[in-house]
Amino acid sequence: MRHGAAMFLFTLLTLAACQREERDTRPQSSLGSGEQPMPVTTLEPGGQRPSASDNKAASFEANAFHLSEGKRLFSWFNCSGCHANGGGGMGPALMDQKWLYGSSIENIHATIRDGRPKGMPSFRDKIPDDQIWELAAFVRSLSGNAPSSAAPQRNDDMMPHPSENRMPDAATLGKSP
Amino acid sequence: MKQTAQSVVPCVDAVRTNRSAALRKRLESFSAALLLVCTPLLTAASEAPPESAISPPASAAPRDDGQWTMPAKNYASTRYSELTEINEGNVKNLQVAFTFSTGINKGQEAAPLVVGGMMYIVTPFPNIVYALDLTKPGAPMKWKFEPNPEPAAQGVACCDVVNRGAAFAGGRIFFNTLDGHTIALDANTGQPIWNAHIGNINIGETITMAPLVVKGKVLVGNSGGEMGVRGWVKALDAADGHVVWTAYGTGPDKDVLIGPDFRPHYDMDKGKDLGVTTWPPEAWRIGGGNMWGWISYDPDLNLIFHGTGNPGPWNPDLRPGDNKWTSGIFARDPDTGAAKWFYQWSPHDLHDYDGINEQILLDMNWQGKPRKVLVRPERNGYLYILDRTTGEVLSAKPFGSVNSSKGVDLKSGRLIENPDKKTGTGKVVRDICPTASGLKDWQPSAFSPKTRLLYIPHNNLCMDEEGVEVNYIAGTPYVGMNVRMIPGPGGNRGAFTAWDIAAEKPAWSLKENFPVWSGTVVTAGDVVFYGTMEGWFKAVSAKTGDLLWQFKTGSGIIGQPITYRGPDGHQYVAILSGVGGWAGAIVSGDLDPRDATAALGFVNAMKDLKDATTAGGTLYVFRLP
Repeated sequence: MRHGAAMFLFTLLTLAACQREERDTRPQSSLGSGEQPMPVTTLEPGGQRPSASDNKAASFEANAFHLSEGKRLFSWFNCSGCHANGGGGMGPALMDQKWLYGSSIENIHATIRDGRPKGMPSFRDKIPDDQIWELAAFVRSLSGNAPSSAAPQRNDDMMPHPSENRMPDAATLGKSP
Repeated sequence: MKQTAQSVVPCVDAVRTNRSAALRKRLESFSAALLLVCTPLLTAASEAPPESAISPPASAAPRDDGQWTMPAKNYASTRYSELTEINEGNVKNLQVAFTFSTGINKGQEAAPLVVGGMMYIVTPFPNIVYALDLTKPGAPMKWKFEPNPEPAAQGVACCDVVNRGAAFAGGRIFFNTLDGHTIALDANTGQPIWNAHIGNINIGETITMAPLVVKGKVLVGNSGGEMGVRGWVKALDAADGHVVWTAYGTGPDKDVLIGPDFRPHYDMDKGKDLGVTTWPPEAWRIGGGNMWGWISYDPDLNLIFHGTGNPGPWNPDLRPGDNKWTSGIFARDPDTGAAKWFYQWSPHDLHDYDGINEQILLDMNWQGKPRKVLVRPERNGYLYILDRTTGEVLSAKPFGSVNSSKGVDLKSGRLIENPDKKTGTGKVVRDICPTASGLKDWQPSAFSPKTRLLYIPHNNLCMDEEGVEVNYIAGTPYVGMNVRMIPGPGGNRGAFTAWDIAAEKPAWSLKENFPVWSGTVVTAGDVVFYGTMEGWFKAVSAKTGDLLWQFKTGSGIIGQPITYRGPDGHQYVAILSGVGGWAGAIVSGDLDPRDATAALGFVNAMKDLKDATTAGGTLYVFRLP
């Protein structure tokens, strides 16, 4: 009897451990939706307003599947052609703590969707909206802004830098809190 | 050759002394007469050169008038000045005459121009043109012209937003903007005369090269070999800017302007529509072959010579075939653009070896026979000597560390690839020398007929490469290669080599810590000037390479030095300081050195550049006290 109870408990625990994060394997097909306006500055005359957040953001951030998809798409849509593997080239570096147009996932999503005037193209009509969110989540992981349990691990390709799940948070790198 | 050099010097001196004399008008007519006397003397000297003489054709390199009207100095592209006031003995006394901030902290690759009493400089994006009045103390600005190029153009410029200079002809300054315009300005007033929009940034086209004006035509090519842009060269009418002809770097013969006059020397370049058939179906439309480098012109043969850039994408598995007409060189009729011959430095290029470097036009004896040659220090690491009438390769010797190929087969003309260094999808190939940036990139060399040496600023780097799949999305990069660069054998990342053309070997070579990404100029005073990426502007002996003088400028140097005779009759040396370009993108673009593949892999070899220099943009002009 006791043996049976232990067995039951063990099975329960095992099943609970099998609980996986949700995978939304069929992203929205529509292009360039999500029209939330995103300020690209923190300067608000008279004081800050509450930062806008998108209800989609939370479901993409810190999600291993979406991060891994973002990494694949980062090469697929030639992001890596300009930003290399985060160190930059034609475009700015993405693995440092410097952000021209905001560091939140909403900011990055808006940057990819709408483009920016000094050379960032607008991908509104090229990439489905959910895939833009996946890219934005992955971009944040390049500067250590994703939990190490969810960020991608080592590449199958030439290793350009430590894998994303080992990247330190660029904002606090080498600084005491 | 000694004969020529000796006759030049007294003529120049006589003219200069006369200028400073009191009876100006009378003496001016006298100096004109002297010129007339000197000219036949010079011609006579060049008609019967001694056996060992190597000199540019007089028609392509006329007697030095002390000005600098095109970045290459002359059509033969010698970057050689006959001025002798600054020489080996006194160059150590050089001091700053004046400076000028360009206001732009990006890579300054341009050569200043000097015409009459004016100096003209063009900045990197946003491509501002400044005219400085050299007749007044401190050379104040006379005018400036801001073309206001599209800021988005910065996002499709592969390797910093550089500009390699302007060109002067017929009272006009011609220059290109990053967003694909060629503009003609009135050199006196800075007023625009015409503005031709010839490049489209939405397919990734930019323009970074300096135009060349030949027979009333402004020759311009596009950049974009990393964006799947199909290369072209256009001739624009200098009078009104309309396009006279366009020659593409890939595609059917009619687009490449290959007609009945086309006679390539080697069999590999013979056949119909090779620009289509040496590619996978339709790949030539996005295949590169851009012309963003240097053009030379031989008035006697009525031929222009220009290279073609790398094929796209970099990953060679995605474009089986020889990929004509990329990574090669064309001779064309400047009036019609019709191709006369072609030679391919790197058929089916494996390593981004663009073929757009400078070509120096020289006349010399080769194995006992006088030949009209073209000398090309090429990106793939070989110093080529070609017969410029036919495109035949006379010599191809490596001028540094090369293991990506095993030489050039002079019979077939073909580069002998090293199969061990062949790149492809899904495999990492290590220690390939030279790198994608070549043993030598765009940075132009200089030739002195006095020493018969070619002075080559270059790199010493190797790399690891891994080909990857890549999608073509118009206006975005189309590379398909992970690259990381490392210092080459010896650890010095750059070198400055004096190459003995006749002996086919180096006379001397100087090691530099960083790639020598600046151009160079050599003078009849036997002084060679070049800059380093730390910011040192150096003068070395043209004979021995001994360091004679150096000056630390505000930022790393990647520009092209020039020397000229100022309105006061004295010799000056000018250089733009301001680090950037592909090699300096880590500083000018503030890239992150923790990513080995940043800036197409160049950052990995330049991790410490941020500790050695900062961005800037300043003109420095030097003279003797």
